[in-house]
Amino acid sequence: MANVTLRSVRKTYPGGFEAIKGVDVDVGDGQFCVLVGPSGCGKSTLLRMVAGLETVTGGEIDIGGRVVNGIEPADRDIAMVFQNYALYPHMSVYNNMAYGLRNRGMAEAEIKTRVEEAARVLELSAMLERKPRQLSGGQRQRVAMGRAIVRQPKVFLFDEPLSNLDAKLRIAMRVEIRKLQRRLNTTSIYVTHDQLEAMTLADILVVMNGGQVEQVGNPLAIYEKPATTFVASFIGAPPMNLMSTRPEEIRAQLAGSAAADAGILGIRPEDFAITDQTPAGGVALPLTVEAIERVGAETFVYGSREQEDQRVAATPGELPPGEVIVRIPGTEAPAIGAKIRVAAMRTKLHLFSGDGRKRIEA
Amino acid sequence: MQKQAIFQSKLLPYALVAPQLAIVLIFFYWPALQAVIQSFLLQDAFGLSTSFVWFDNYLELLKERAYFEAIVRTFFFSFAIAVSSLSFALLLAVMADKPLRGSMLYRTLLIWPYAVAPPVVGVLWIFMLHPSLGVLSRYLRALGIDWNPLLDGDQAASLIILAAAWKQISYNFLFFLAGLQSIPRSVLEAAAIDGARPMRRFWTVTFPLLSPTIFFLLVVNIVYAFFDTFGIIDTMTRGGPGKSTETLVYKVYSDGLLGGNLGSSAAQSVILMIMVIVLTGIQFRFVERKVTY
Repeated sequence: MANVTLRSVRKTYPGGFEAIKGVDVDVGDGQFCVLVGPSGCGKSTLLRMVAGLETVTGGEIDIGGRVVNGIEPADRDIAMVFQNYALYPHMSVYNNMAYGLRNRGMAEAEIKTRVEEAARVLELSAMLERKPRQLSGGQRQRVAMGRAIVRQPKVFLFDEPLSNLDAKLRIAMRVEIRKLQRRLNTTSIYVTHDQLEAMTLADILVVMNGGQVEQVGNPLAIYEKPATTFVASFIGAPPMNLMSTRPEEIRAQLAGSAAADAGILGIRPEDFAITDQTPAGGVALPLTVEAIERVGAETFVYGSREQEDQRVAATPGELPPGEVIVRIPGTEAPAIGAKIRVAAMRTKLHLFSGDGRKRIEA
Repeated sequence: MQKQAIFQSKLLPYALVAPQLAIVLIFFYWPALQAVIQSFLLQDAFGLSTSFVWFDNYLELLKERAYFEAIVRTFFFSFAIAVSSLSFALLLAVMADKPLRGSMLYRTLLIWPYAVAPPVVGVLWIFMLHPSLGVLSRYLRALGIDWNPLLDGDQAASLIILAAAWKQISYNFLFFLAGLQSIPRSVLEAAAIDGARPMRRFWTVTFPLLSPTIFFLLVVNIVYAFFDTFGIIDTMTRGGPGKSTETLVYKVYSDGLLGGNLGSSAAQSVILMIMVIVLTGIQFRFVERKVTY
């Protein structure tokens, strides 16, 4: 039972490199917070600072009403699941889970109860005597989880715990982690670079880029109202279509509103429809179909615009200039090379300042 | 499928291994064979007649009290050298593994003693600890210790152990450092979060994970203490005072080359040869298969 509050937390390495440039996040009791961002954005560093494995060079980290900046990892009452699981290779599964409890001087009988309970929940009861090297990736992952839950800590920290698993197992474990966290109701901070994992797990989503927080909030709220073009293209797959508003084709359609000041227009692939009509205040674009991907439930259409000449600020997952992705039901599929016209409604337009740092409400 | 080189001529492969074979045959097998033959022979005091005596040399050896004393002494030396150099090297490696400023410099300096030849090590330590010339001897005497390894057998023994262990520290240090660096950092971090203080972390995580390295080094150090300390003993004490620093290897030399008892010396070296074979066997068997934790 604890809140975790970060107050303008900074990390500057001795060489002068600023890994974390002032982060403010408040994770409420029992909430599941996900830190997401591309590699090198500082999300793992931030998590390790909460764990006490990295020093804090500025600001405060508060766990359960206590500032923990100078407190050893052991005394922060946290448990962490590492990306490579970090199991003790010379200890059995049982001892891996019991180690943290023994270090705290718990009675063997109580340890046995707790470990067996955790093993039952994680379906590890049959392999308590095995060594980690005799386990599969998924089982190791569950031992690492078990090691965290037996301690009954105030906070769980997860550092990309699923990235070493294959795709199917990853989805299954993702659901397991969420169920477990809901049942234990333990405050959790989870680091991932996978936006889908982030969207599905988070109560609060923190999107990070370059050592800074781009946006904090409910995952769906972030999806619906991304604060910057970085968030717009990072959250959601395929990414949001971003285009400059400078070409006359677009400028004319946006005229007469606050949108006229915007530098960048964003439209999600699913908000387009192939139609000859233009909804009032909406935007329509003529496209030439370059490629299509049919994945069953839906079809992705990759089209190119003729007049595009303005490249939008580089962001992860960005499309080549002039390319637009449209997501339509799987029953439809235009021919390659066909000229089509797509349109999006006024309410589905996302407008940003020219540098992409600010959202403009139309 | 193994990669195999294909030779046009049938003779070429043999020609290529011939130099190595020649060296092995001339410098290893031939002397070894000589030793085995010699160990069955008895020469009179003037070397005029030689007779075949079967296992008499070995039986004589078993009756010799000095031989048993040399065995006990050798085992004691090996144990003392291995334990002291291993533990000190581990301590240094743990220190050097920490992220320190200039750690590369420490590491390099710590490796240097390995490059010093054993007789030079002996001379070096004698200079420091010689009863009348030694720099350190003066301080020891100032502390009220009656330091004279030339007369006191125990002091001579401790001097040999000190010098031999010192030389081996570098080698052990290198392996320990490599062993420590191969332990994933996250495992130690997990232990830290699990509430293990540094000392407990070392004994419950680091040390068990180093056990394959420790076992390997233990065998290597015993072999070293058995055989490679000859140079140190010869330059420092020549087995003396009395026989207080005479190890099995040194006894082979002093009985055979100084005492002229070639038959007994040969029998002793055959026994030593068997010991090396056994130790090497142990090493291959356990180390190659990797000691598991």
